[in-house]
Amino acid sequence: MQKDFRLEWRQRAALNGMLLYVSSTVFVCYLSFSSRGGQLPAPAWNALFWIVLLFSAINAVAKGFLQESRGRMLYYYTVVRPQAVILAKIAYNALLLVGLALVAFTLYSVVLGNPVQNVPLFVGNVLLGAVGFAGTLTLVAGIAAKATNSSTLMAVLGFPLMVPMLLLLIKVSKNALDGLEFEASRNSLLTLLALNLIVGAVSYLLFPFLWRS
Amino acid sequence: MKNWWKALTVVLLLYVAVAGLLMPVPRLAILNESIRNLYFHVPMWFGMTAILVASVYYSVRYLRAPTPELDIKAHEAARTGILMGCVGLMTGSIWARFTWGAWWTNDPKLNGAAVAMLIYGAYLVLRSSFTDEQQRARVSAIYNVFAFAVAMPLFYILPRLTDSLHPGAGGNPAFARYDLDSDMRLVFYPAVIGWTLLAFWVAQLATRISVLKLKVYEKQIA
Repeated sequence: MQKDFRLEWRQRAALNGMLLYVSSTVFVCYLSFSSRGGQLPAPAWNALFWIVLLFSAINAVAKGFLQESRGRMLYYYTVVRPQAVILAKIAYNALLLVGLALVAFTLYSVVLGNPVQNVPLFVGNVLLGAVGFAGTLTLVAGIAAKATNSSTLMAVLGFPLMVPMLLLLIKVSKNALDGLEFEASRNSLLTLLALNLIVGAVSYLLFPFLWRS
Repeated sequence: MKNWWKALTVVLLLYVAVAGLLMPVPRLAILNESIRNLYFHVPMWFGMTAILVASVYYSVRYLRAPTPELDIKAHEAARTGILMGCVGLMTGSIWARFTWGAWWTNDPKLNGAAVAMLIYGAYLVLRSSFTDEQQRARVSAIYNVFAFAVAMPLFYILPRLTDSLHPGAGGNPAFARYDLDSDMRLVFYPAVIGWTLLAFWVAQLATRISVLKLKVYEKQIA
């Protein structure tokens, strides 16, 4: 599995592209709101942040499967178990998204201000979110790659599936923005964790079937 | 008698239609007569959940041992589930118009149900974007299981975490021990059973049509 992970890592050509993608999105947000002058209100700040993350996540993860050539897939198939492939892909995507999310958060707070009052909670929430996005989107990308119009399908399948997660994430980060105590968001965080586990487990179970074709 | 459950469906639903509209109901503030929607709106979601569970069951069986029939069964069950969900949304929306004064409100329960319908709508889109039948069957079976795992929290877990205007949450009167009186139970439980059976009946008929179409198609090719 470690070897597989390294294989993933080697084709990180897209990484720089993704970093640029995130930074330019954040910058566009900054430019389009700067005409208003002052600070964004906290709910808008929150919503915008998650929208930026959502779109970069979908773009980042979609690349993983779509760029894979047929020959290399066949090669993986002979070398490793499918479970190892999905775990490696989820792990890689999770790391990628965590990195992207942290970069986005830093840039975002530099240009648009940082109204977050409980930073550890917010960052923890972002990390959970990135892992959850990776878990959901990896399987969706795998499914979409099989179909003909995959880039449309990626969005159509991905967005509704992410909504439950997104709702919880936005709620928790709203709590973090307002500086509420940890107790207030504990339930949501636990549900988020459970949802991540469910999604991960289901992907783990289902991927071998997808892989066979 | 083989088709006893279809007879039961007809009897139960006739009973629900008559008794549901004519039997006395408790007078509750705000709800008033619109409480009768309990016999039509709520059973839709019960029926939808049951038929989606059946769909996932067939999808799992398809993944273990693929046959075209299992795929058709899973697909038609999911379609019936979507139909039930849409009717559920519509009855809820009409009810909301006369009880809350708006067709749609920004409420976690309503939004959760709508998004879950979107998830299943994506299932139909996914199916239509394959040309190869076997691949379509396998990939959509995979997505079906995945969608079920994500959609059910939307219905049953997430709305319970937040306050909601919807009956049954935030202290609004609804389906619960203290305000569902025994008269209503007499209609509500048959309604749940009747509508669920109806869902299975619809799915069975749709499956038969699809299987026949498949057979005709195979004959034409041969």
